[in-house]
Amino acid sequence: MTTRTSHAPDETAESPLASEEARVDRAIEDAVVRAVLGGNDASRRAFIQRVGAATFYSALASVFPLAACKSAAKEELDKTAKGATAASTSKPLEKKDLKVGFVPITCATPIIMARPLGFYEKYGLNVDVIKTAGWAVARDKSLSKEYDASHMLTPMPLAITLGVGSTATPYLMPAVENINGQAITLDLKHKHKRNPKQWKGFKFAVPFDYSMHNFLLRYYVAEHGLDPDKDIQIRVLPPPEMVANLKAGNVDGFLAPDPFNQRAVYEKVGYIHLLTREIWDGHPCCAFAASAAFAKAMPNTFGALFKSIVDATHFSAKRENRKDIAKAIAPKNYLNQPETVVEQVLTGTFADGLGEVKTVPNRINFDPFPWHSMAVWILTQMKRWGYVKGEVDYKKIAEQVYIAAECGKYMKELGFSPPSTTYAKYTIMGKEFDPDRPEEYIASFPIKRS
Amino acid sequence: MFSLRARAALLSIAVLLAFLGFWQALASGSPGESARTQYESLVAGDAQTARVPPPSKVLSLAVEQLSDPFYDRGPNDKGIGTQLLYSLGRVLVGYLLALAVAIPTGFSIGMSPLLMRAMNPFIQLLKPVSPLAWMPLALFVIQDSVTSSVFVIFVCSLWPVLINTAFGVSSVNADYLNVAKTLELGPLRTALTVILPAAAPTILTGMRISIGISWLVIVAAEMLVGGVGIGYYVWNEWNNLDLAAVIFSIVMIGLVGMLLDWLLGRAAELVSFKA
Repeated sequence: MTTRTSHAPDETAESPLASEEARVDRAIEDAVVRAVLGGNDASRRAFIQRVGAATFYSALASVFPLAACKSAAKEELDKTAKGATAASTSKPLEKKDLKVGFVPITCATPIIMARPLGFYEKYGLNVDVIKTAGWAVARDKSLSKEYDASHMLTPMPLAITLGVGSTATPYLMPAVENINGQAITLDLKHKHKRNPKQWKGFKFAVPFDYSMHNFLLRYYVAEHGLDPDKDIQIRVLPPPEMVANLKAGNVDGFLAPDPFNQRAVYEKVGYIHLLTREIWDGHPCCAFAASAAFAKAMPNTFGALFKSIVDATHFSAKRENRKDIAKAIAPKNYLNQPETVVEQVLTGTFADGLGEVKTVPNRINFDPFPWHSMAVWILTQMKRWGYVKGEVDYKKIAEQVYIAAECGKYMKELGFSPPSTTYAKYTIMGKEFDPDRPEEYIASFPIKRS
Repeated sequence: MFSLRARAALLSIAVLLAFLGFWQALASGSPGESARTQYESLVAGDAQTARVPPPSKVLSLAVEQLSDPFYDRGPNDKGIGTQLLYSLGRVLVGYLLALAVAIPTGFSIGMSPLLMRAMNPFIQLLKPVSPLAWMPLALFVIQDSVTSSVFVIFVCSLWPVLINTAFGVSSVNADYLNVAKTLELGPLRTALTVILPAAAPTILTGMRISIGISWLVIVAAEMLVGGVGIGYYVWNEWNNLDLAAVIFSIVMIGLVGMLLDWLLGRAAELVSFKA
C-alpha cells in the first residue's frame, strides 16, 4: 500500500478506509496530486515527505478547490445512485416532500400513476397524491398553498390568472394531462333520443364551469341549434356524484370525464352517446398546474416535478402500458373504481351501454404538450359564453400561462420530439379554428352571449 | 314478571331482528348469471350492480374493517379507526372552543335582561344557518381546510350552549337570588356559588345538544373538503357506489354519536340534584 497522506495528518495508514465517502476523497486527492506533481510515484512521495503533508495540502487548497470538488462529486454519485438522470444531478431540490392534489378521474392518470410506478421517486421527489373532493376544493387548496401543485382542468389556470371565479393569481400550466377521454352519456331511458334536437329541456351535468366539458357540451348543442343557456339546463356536479345522480333521475345526461361514463354503462343506468374525440379529436382536457410563485421560489423542485409528469405522461401514452396502469390506479387509494371499468377506459375496448362492444384505441390519450392554440380556443369560448368580458389579449395570456417552451425542453431531454410551433389550426365538428383570428371565430357563431 | 328494563330490552332486540330480517329478505336479489358474451363480461352482472346490500354483506364488511381499524395504505386510504379519530379530534377542538365562548357569553346575557334583548336578534339570525353555507366563506377567509372545518363546527355548536346557558341563568329561582342578597354575597360569588350550580342542568342539556350537532356537522364538512376523516371515508366509498361501506359508516357514525351523548348524559347526572 502506498503511503498516502490525508487532509487529516494524524490519520494513519492502517485505519480502514472502508466508507464510500473516504474512498471518493482519496481518489480525488490522488487525481489532483498526480495532475499537479506529475506521473512519477516515487518522486511525488519524496516531495510530499520532504515538504510535509499539511503544508503541501494547504498549499494545494489555496490554488485548487479540493473540498468543493469532493462534495460536488459525492453529490453527483448520490443522485446517480438514486436513479436521477444526468441533467438533474447538478441542481439541489429545495423541497422534496410535496403534496399534489388530484380528482379521482382517469384524466389524472399520469399524476396518479407516477406515485405507485415510481416516476416522482426517479427525480428525487417524495410526492403524496391527495384525493380531492371537487374542482372548487382543488382550486381553494391550491390557492391556500395546501397543495404544492394540482391536477386542474385546462381552463382553470387561465381563469385563475385572469381572476375569473377566484382572486387573480398568476398560474402556470406546464403540461396537459390527457387529450380526449370524455363522453356524453345519457340515461338509458333516452336511448331513442340520439338526435340533440330532441334534447330540449334536458338537464345536463358538467364537472365545473371552467372546463372543457362545459365548453364542448355547449359547442355541441349549439352546432345542433340549441341554446345551452335557454334550451337545456347545465349544472355543475362533482364527477364522482354523476352516476348516482343519473340513477336517481336528477340529470338526463352528462358530459363527464371517465371513468364515470364507463361506470354508468357498467351500472346499466346509462349509455355512451358520443365520445368527445368525435367532436374534436385531440382536445385537451385536464392539466397539471402550479402557481407561478412556486415555480419562481423553488425552480429546481418545480423542474423535477415538471419532468416527472412529462415522463409519466409519455409512459401512459404507450398502449402496452395501459393495462398495468389500470391495475395500479383502480384501488381505493386512487380512483376507487372496479378495475374492469378503468381498463375499458384506458384500453379503448369497451361496452357502449346499448349492447355493443366498441374498440376505439384513442378514446383517451396522453400528450403533455400545452399548445398555445388550445389556450386561445378556450379563451374564445370563455368570451363567447360571457365568462370573460371585454378585450382579451389571447396570445399574451396563452403564452404566459401555458409554458410550452419549457415543456418542449423537458420533452427533448427525455428523448421525445416536441412540435416545432406552438400554434395549430383545429377542425371541430367540421368547422375550422384559426388561432390567429379569434375574434372572427367568436363572431362566426350564431349562438353566443357576447 | 320481568322488570320494565328487561321487557324494554327484549322489545328492542325483537324490533331490530324484525327489521334486519325484513331487509335481508328484500335485498337478496337473484344470483348473477355467469357472463356469456364479451359485452356481458364488460358490464356488471345483476349481482354486482350497485344496490342496497343485504345486512349480511354489511356485517361481513364491518367485521373486515373492524379487525384492522388502523391500517394505512396511503393518504387516501386509511382504516376506519384512524378516520374516526381524526374526525373526533376536530370535533373536540371545535366543541371546546364553542364552550369557551358560549358559556361566559351565555352567562352575561342571562344575567342582564338588556343584553338578552339586544343580542337576541343576532342569535336568532345566525342560529339557523347550515354549516355547509358557512364552509365556502370559511375556506375563503381562513384558507386552510382543517381550520375551516373546525371553525364551522365552532359556529354551529355555539348556539344551543349559548341559548341554554342564557336561559338557565335567567331562570334561576328568585328565592335563591334573594337568599344570596340577604347573605350579602358579592356578584362574583353569587354567580359562581348560586347561579352556576342552579343553571348547570340546563347548561349541560345545551352541551348535550351541541355535541350531537358538532358530530353531525363534521361529517358534512369533511364530505365537502376531504382530508382524513369519517366524512371523507363515506364520500370515498360513495364514489365507488359501495353502499355496504356507506351503511357501515352510518352505523359507526351513529355509534360514536351515541357514545358522545352518553358521556354528556352522565356528566349531566353528576350536576343535577335529584330529590
